Amino acid sequence: MTAIAERVLDPTQAVYDYRLPARQPWSKVIQTGQILRIVDLEGNQAVDTLIYNAADTSERYSAPDTVVRQGNIFITAGTQLISNAGNVLMTVLNDTCGRHDTLGGACSMESNSVRYGLHKKHLHACVENYLLELSQYGMNKRDLVSNINFFMNVPVSGDGTLEIVDGISEAGKYVDLRAELPVMVLISNCPQINNPCNAYNPTPVRLLIWD
Amino acid sequence: MVAIMNATETNATEINPEWVVWSEKLPGGAYWHGVIPRWQTLRITDLAGSQGVAMICYNAERPMERLNVADTAKIQFNAFLHQGQVLYSDMGRVLFSITADTANGHDLICGCSTTESNRAKYGVGEYNKFGQNDFNNSRDQFLKALGKWGMCRRDLMPNVNFFSRVTVTPTGGLQYMSESANPGAYVDLRAEMNVLVVISNCPHVLHPAPHYRPQPVQLTGWRSPAPTADDPCRTANEEAIRGFVNTDSWWAQRPLAPGYIL
Repeated sequence: MTAIAERVLDPTQAVYDYRLPARQPWSKVIQTGQILRIVDLEGNQAVDTLIYNAADTSERYSAPDTVVRQGNIFITAGTQLISNAGNVLMTVLNDTCGRHDTLGGACSMESNSVRYGLHKKHLHACVENYLLELSQYGMNKRDLVSNINFFMNVPVSGDGTLEIVDGISEAGKYVDLRAELPVMVLISNCPQINNPCNAYNPTPVRLLIWD
Repeated sequence: MVAIMNATETNATEINPEWVVWSEKLPGGAYWHGVIPRWQTLRITDLAGSQGVAMICYNAERPMERLNVADTAKIQFNAFLHQGQVLYSDMGRVLFSITADTANGHDLICGCSTTESNRAKYGVGEYNKFGQNDFNNSRDQFLKALGKWGMCRRDLMPNVNFFSRVTVTPTGGLQYMSESANPGAYVDLRAEMNVLVVISNCPHVLHPAPHYRPQPVQLTGWRSPAPTADDPCRTANEEAIRGFVNTDSWWAQRPLAPGYIL
């Protein structure tokens, strides 16, 4: 949990400052060297995130390549977020939360029907957010892969047991990501209300960008 | 809590020769692709102590639907696959049931080897007289196979690795367990829809051997018994039951209109 950024990032100097409401999608192209901060405003809000090479979106975030490259399933300060072509898309500069998940993937209408009951199928879900946001780029479900769940804690025990447990985040915790090439960042501010990842209550997050 | 079948309860099945539809040996470093029809079974047999076999799979009739390893792990609360579990698609449906498994573990976390990972481990490969690279990697093998189905990098999702056991330490570290090697072990995958399968028989990205010597596996497609009402995979837990409601519902309504292209 070491901070590797020397710069002091002053929110009043940010070139972009947006409050992303609970349950909503967001996307933006971040230029090389720009820093994106995601702030967990009220605590334990899962922020589902995918990253694409803005010039060629068939190159995108790869959870397994990221996990294997760093030899660890958790994302934290110092983690390089690796693409399916082996390139570093973004680097985690600072992390005041401590760990983030990249095994659990996103919720969808369809997985909700399996996980929580067939009658839960029509709840809003991250994949719905993703699809709506991706549609403006001519992209669709083909472009979805396993994502990052910022502020989520998903440990794996020795026998493989995987649990989505109470988060270790809290109000004001944040993560800073530096773009290593021009990237399109896609976020679903997770609408999940059925498990502890969002403390059963989706809340807004703040997104800041510095040049 | 979810009932989990113990690995020691494995009901090893001799395949009646009359049930075998096809069988072929896949050399180390090679790939295979094909379709397993609903309720036929693909058996992958580890002939000589495999170093890992990577697999991706799709709904053969509509490949936009594909394996989702994140859903497969989280819906079953387990990152290690074993008998009695299923492979979920990204549409809340089941692609494969694991009806038998005598191996020491299967990995959902680590993805596949790449040009870069092989170069770091084995050095720079060369093309031999058969036109094969010394050090084929699974990422490229997947892309070659997908290309033959009109698919590309956009269609790649994280894969499963059979015959590989990778544990996770409390601090999140990855450990490849050498007891994965288990010559003679096999895994039976019963298709629950028509499933397009791509297999790359290249070493697991974390396999510790410094030399590139992937071992052959046997692939056998066979007409397995249709699942019964009390089928262990279909009734394993509430999530499985719902997954099969979704799967059987799609099977009943899948497109049959003229001009529909398989």
